[in-house]
Amino acid sequence: MPKRPDIKKVLIIGSGPIQIGQAAEFDFSGTQACKALREEGVSVVLVNSNPATIMTDPETADTIYIEPLRAEIVAEIIAKERPDGVLAGMGGQTGLNITSELAEKGVLDRYDVKVLGTPLEAIYDTEDRDRFKHAMERIGEKVPRSRAVLSIEEAIDIARELGLPVIVRPAYTLGGYGSGIARTEDELRDIVEKGLKRSRIHQVLIEESVLGWKEIEYEVMRDAKDTCITVCSMENVDPMGIHTGESIVVAPVQTLTDTEHQMLRSAAIKIIRALGIEGGCNVQFALRDDEYRVIEVNPRVSRSSALASKATGYPIARVAAKIAIGLELDEIPNDVTKETPASFEPTIDYTVLKIPRWPFDKFVTADRTLTTAMKSTGEVMAIGRTLEESLQKAVRSLDIDMQLGDGQWNEEEIRALLQKPTDERLFVIYYALRHGFSVEEIARLSKIDPLFITKLKNIIDMEDVLKKDLSTETLRIAKRMGFTDARIAELTGRKREEINDLRRKSKIKTTYKLVDTCAAEFEAKTPYYYSAYETQCEVVPSDKKKVLIIGAGPIRIGQGIEFDYCTVHAVLALREEGIETHIINNNPETVSTDYDTSDKLFFEPLTLEDVMNVIEAEHPYGVMVQFGGQTSVNLAVPLEQELKRRPDLKTVILGTSPASMDIAEDRDLFSKLLKKLNIPQPDSDSATALDDAKEIAKRIGYPVLVRPSYVLGGRAMEIVYDEGDIERYMREAVRVSHEHPVLVDHFLQNAVEIDVDAVSDGKDVLIGAIMEHIEEAGIHSGDSACVIPPQSLSEQTLQTVRDYVKQITLALEVKGLINIQMAVKDDVVYVLEANPRSSRTIPYVAKATGVPLAKIAAKVMIGHALKELGFAEEQKIKQVSVKEVVLPFDKLPGADPILGPEMRSTGEVMGIDYDFARAFFKAELSADNPLPTKGTVFISGRDEDKPALVEIAKKMQDIGLTLIGTAGTAHYLTERGVKIDVIQKIHEGSPNVTDMMRKGGINLVINTPTSKAALKDGHEIRRAAVDYNIPYITTIQAARAAANAIVAIKKGKTTIKSIHEYHRELFNR
Amino acid sequence: MKAVLGLEDGTVIKGKGFGAEGVALGELVFATSFTGYEEALTDPSYNGQILMMTYPLIGNYGVSYENFQSEGIKTEGFVVREICDHPSHPKSKSTLHEFLEKEGIPGICDVDTRMLTILTREKGTMRAALITGDDDGDRAVQLAKEQKPISELDLISKVTCAEPYQIKGRGKRFVVMDLGVKQSILSGLSQRDVDIVVVPADATLQQIQEYEPDALLLSNGPGDPMQAKNAISIANDLVGKIPIFGIGLGHQVIALALGAKTYKLKFGHRGANQPVKDVDTGKIYITSQNHGFAVDSDSLNDTELRVTQVNVNDSTVEGLRHTSLPIMSAQYYPEVVPSPRDVEFSFDAFMKIIGGCGA
Repeated sequence: MPKRPDIKKVLIIGSGPIQIGQAAEFDFSGTQACKALREEGVSVVLVNSNPATIMTDPETADTIYIEPLRAEIVAEIIAKERPDGVLAGMGGQTGLNITSELAEKGVLDRYDVKVLGTPLEAIYDTEDRDRFKHAMERIGEKVPRSRAVLSIEEAIDIARELGLPVIVRPAYTLGGYGSGIARTEDELRDIVEKGLKRSRIHQVLIEESVLGWKEIEYEVMRDAKDTCITVCSMENVDPMGIHTGESIVVAPVQTLTDTEHQMLRSAAIKIIRALGIEGGCNVQFALRDDEYRVIEVNPRVSRSSALASKATGYPIARVAAKIAIGLELDEIPNDVTKETPASFEPTIDYTVLKIPRWPFDKFVTADRTLTTAMKSTGEVMAIGRTLEESLQKAVRSLDIDMQLGDGQWNEEEIRALLQKPTDERLFVIYYALRHGFSVEEIARLSKIDPLFITKLKNIIDMEDVLKKDLSTETLRIAKRMGFTDARIAELTGRKREEINDLRRKSKIKTTYKLVDTCAAEFEAKTPYYYSAYETQCEVVPSDKKKVLIIGAGPIRIGQGIEFDYCTVHAVLALREEGIETHIINNNPETVSTDYDTSDKLFFEPLTLEDVMNVIEAEHPYGVMVQFGGQTSVNLAVPLEQELKRRPDLKTVILGTSPASMDIAEDRDLFSKLLKKLNIPQPDSDSATALDDAKEIAKRIGYPVLVRPSYVLGGRAMEIVYDEGDIERYMREAVRVSHEHPVLVDHFLQNAVEIDVDAVSDGKDVLIGAIMEHIEEAGIHSGDSACVIPPQSLSEQTLQTVRDYVKQITLALEVKGLINIQMAVKDDVVYVLEANPRSSRTIPYVAKATGVPLAKIAAKVMIGHALKELGFAEEQKIKQVSVKEVVLPFDKLPGADPILGPEMRSTGEVMGIDYDFARAFFKAELSADNPLPTKGTVFISGRDEDKPALVEIAKKMQDIGLTLIGTAGTAHYLTERGVKIDVIQKIHEGSPNVTDMMRKGGINLVINTPTSKAALKDGHEIRRAAVDYNIPYITTIQAARAAANAIVAIKKGKTTIKSIHEYHRELFNR
Repeated sequence: MKAVLGLEDGTVIKGKGFGAEGVALGELVFATSFTGYEEALTDPSYNGQILMMTYPLIGNYGVSYENFQSEGIKTEGFVVREICDHPSHPKSKSTLHEFLEKEGIPGICDVDTRMLTILTREKGTMRAALITGDDDGDRAVQLAKEQKPISELDLISKVTCAEPYQIKGRGKRFVVMDLGVKQSILSGLSQRDVDIVVVPADATLQQIQEYEPDALLLSNGPGDPMQAKNAISIANDLVGKIPIFGIGLGHQVIALALGAKTYKLKFGHRGANQPVKDVDTGKIYITSQNHGFAVDSDSLNDTELRVTQVNVNDSTVEGLRHTSLPIMSAQYYPEVVPSPRDVEFSFDAFMKIIGGCGA
């Protein structure tokens, strides 16, 4: 049946900010869905709170709302836009939950909005664990024995019946959020209590354990005519008990016989039919011997579907969107072959391997154990013709400080870690193999199939061969197994360059193969490549002008989706200019790795060698390193050196020179530059040894900010207050980065921090926006809420800021983007750092001002002048846009939810309105930190903050909020005329503040930590706020903004306008 | 062990040998399913062919000896990118290397199978010679060129049973003419309680009629359907007398018996992902296929056969049905391994036609 004629306008609900369990995959899926629907002439209305996405670009959809993803707000958008249908399955769990809520509230019926694709009943059947169990039983599919419960007491009864351990799964949560393995009754109580709180319907499932079984997944699609296909089978290397998002996953299945594969495939199809899903779904099975259980069905696109799309080349979201508006699979062309339809099953002739990327480098106190709940922020995928190759490529794609062979554990630790793994599992297995453990023993302890462990052993065996023999044949085999020149050099005691030369002399060249959905059975039209050491290379270089853009790799804290946004924009800009644009990247969740984003996609790790191989194959005229965040910037200098070493290659690094980048990155050089320009900076110096550091700190005066040079997201950055502190720090920091010195800066207390994004063509400087941070200096800029335009700075200060930006940018001879961070204290503007590259605020600036900075930068880098592009003046704006961050504390048990110089946030949201208070209110709402307009606020502040708390407390009291506080704060406020009740601290006994929080008696927590280190009590209060899902604020600035926001909301409504409407107001001056 | 693969166009690919030492002659064909190598190797329809898997890692779960489609390996040779020396599966009894060695079949690995697949796709199926124990490329090419094309080979006689045998059931009696029948077809019938008599490909009409069959099933098998002369004549004789069902080669035999034509496909359909569309309902099923020949749809105009199913990728004929008589056929494998189980329905459709006990 062709497209439904009654569907002319469709609402797509996005997934909101990047958080653990919900990364860039929904930007990829949502963007694909928008394209797919618009191709069919359907008008698309999109709502998403995350400005850092491609889907919220004005070009992606017809009407875009950057608004909080709350049912009441989406209802207003529906009332305004009157869409014919809603596509629920593109925005992950968030999209499904909101659609369910809208249906339950009668909004969909009232405005006659049809749920497209998967019906709501199917959503309920899969999300409500009890209904799911019954749905499976009706069709004779086995699920683990389980019972849905609404209380702890019920949970304990069931657990006694099933026997411990049991799995606890809350209904309607994402990424296994709130779930866990309960091995004891105490653990059970704890997990169930939190799980009930986190479930939208306060229900958890107590489930029989299938720990240690194989975990197998199928991505299935179905259309209205009941045609079903499986897009991809995936096998988790890690067994049941570790969330699939936390597992190493391979595609296709590797250790299953055809009988087993067909058994599960048939079951998956039976399930999608029984549930009546129209579109895609993911079915997870546990398998042991001939037995299997259905674990879970996700009736929507997911991280797995993104992985399956990238693994096979089959665009699941695109096809699902078309099915949703009535098309059938055989009416949708296979985009890859163009000639065959989408009604086939992809088959692949390579192996795909995915490894998650975890944030434990940022959260030293967090529990690193891998379990049923997700803790990773992103993932990498690698494609190879051997599993060894995919594995080694994936490991180096992670961009972490470890490679196979690193790490050290004693026998006892190895055994423990094999049984209860952490993020280091792969390295532990390698180490165990190196230290006498047999494949069988490791398999027995870890429940990982011996096939995979054997592959690791093959790598080890090859290393031993390489150490003895470096013949051409050995080298060829090693390359086929994914060894880099650098690794071979390390193993053989030679230089990387030597191995590289030897390899090229021996004619061992990288070949590129196509990802084509059909194992070469049909000719593919899509330019999606991976490298392998084979006979035939399928890349045919054109003689067009070409540019290679280096992507950002996995989503991690400090390097999020913003850099993928920048990468994609650079591509779009160059394609507009008629330049053939290539991308190299390794993150399967992203828009940049969609095969139709660029002219050629190289799905590869982002190391010097992998990038050089592409350059050798394609001979682009230029390569761009400034869009992919620190990962690509770090490649600038080595790449330049390697290109110099290779006179046969004429490729140049486009934009700001690596030398200038180096000046900005090197604190010493940068400091000299500022001195020359006469621009104030906090006193600073760099230290290479402990004594050095102590002396400098003494000279500058405590507190000081210490950090290693070349940092990403403020890694290992800290404010230290005394000598003891600095000693401890130096021990840790030096371990983090031994090649570069430690920087010691004077810390500007209570200063206002500013971020500026700008573009320069070498002559002119375009300021994108000046952003004022809401949190004070000292809190990492990536973690601070900020606002465009600045709210508290004088015009004179802003002028100084602009002058400094221009001076620094021109002095650094920037061609392209630059981000400069400053702090204002007592009307003096200090420059903290400058990064001549894309920044995480670029998309936010673009959405707030309508100026596409990344695109402009890309065009400047290929030689256009700003004036010629028509962007010479800083854009004046009428609206206020607040960026707020999303923190992962709720997903990381044990981590202290406090902000500091180390970046901790995973994602961001934007609130936009005509004044700061309302924009801030929206931003907080979007960040799932809804500010209460009634109820009780708990206040506890450090002494320095108490004076400021008076005004805040009064405002809250005046609008009818009830206040309670700890004794010190309460007395201080009472003395100053605030009505506030005292509640006991935790150590003062029961009932105390956490008891009250647990009972739901507190609607907002304001707790500013003591200045030196978080006191235990403060930590427990903040932790409880996180655990019981209560909005919380930890800085006085945010508290002040919150009070004003609540007052404003009490007085008037927020504005609901599309980004197009806002931008029209700006440009139709 | 040295090994070399030579093609009739002069292509020479050197690799590593496994399995038996020796020479294999046949057409080089590729299959795109990533599981089911044990079933494929023992599928008699691959006789006369050197099978190449497009998935690069083969042998991961070893050989169980439980999923054979006939008593042993029927392909002439085996080409893979990488063979697994350390299979991992509780049911595995040997490695692929050991299996091929025992069966006397040469194999070659460490070759760029994707390149060979693209070559086959572009040039069409080519005759090939696989030599193990030696890597004389010229000799391999020579041997590739010298052999007869598959259309001239009588392969059926090599894979059919020597004597009739019975698999008892309580339902209708089927005579299965064994043109190289896959075990799973017989299992599929048994599951439906069919009383099966399997007869050799050269069985006479009289021999068949003596079993008083309720229906005739013409099985799958290797090579050019024009070589199945006896089967074509038997089918012709039985049209209108008893219901006839054909699978794979048997489907082509029915078409020929009723006056249609067949032709050789450029490189065939071999894999578990072939979409087949039911002409009446518009529904699409994913099927397993292994065929290098197809029924010419234009030639059906003058016959009483009607196309019931087509391949969605290239519109080739996948299913036929007689306009008035209980005769139907499928080009793909209904309920055959390695295979998706989407199309058990066509077995049942046939059972319904003959009034049997549809499962």
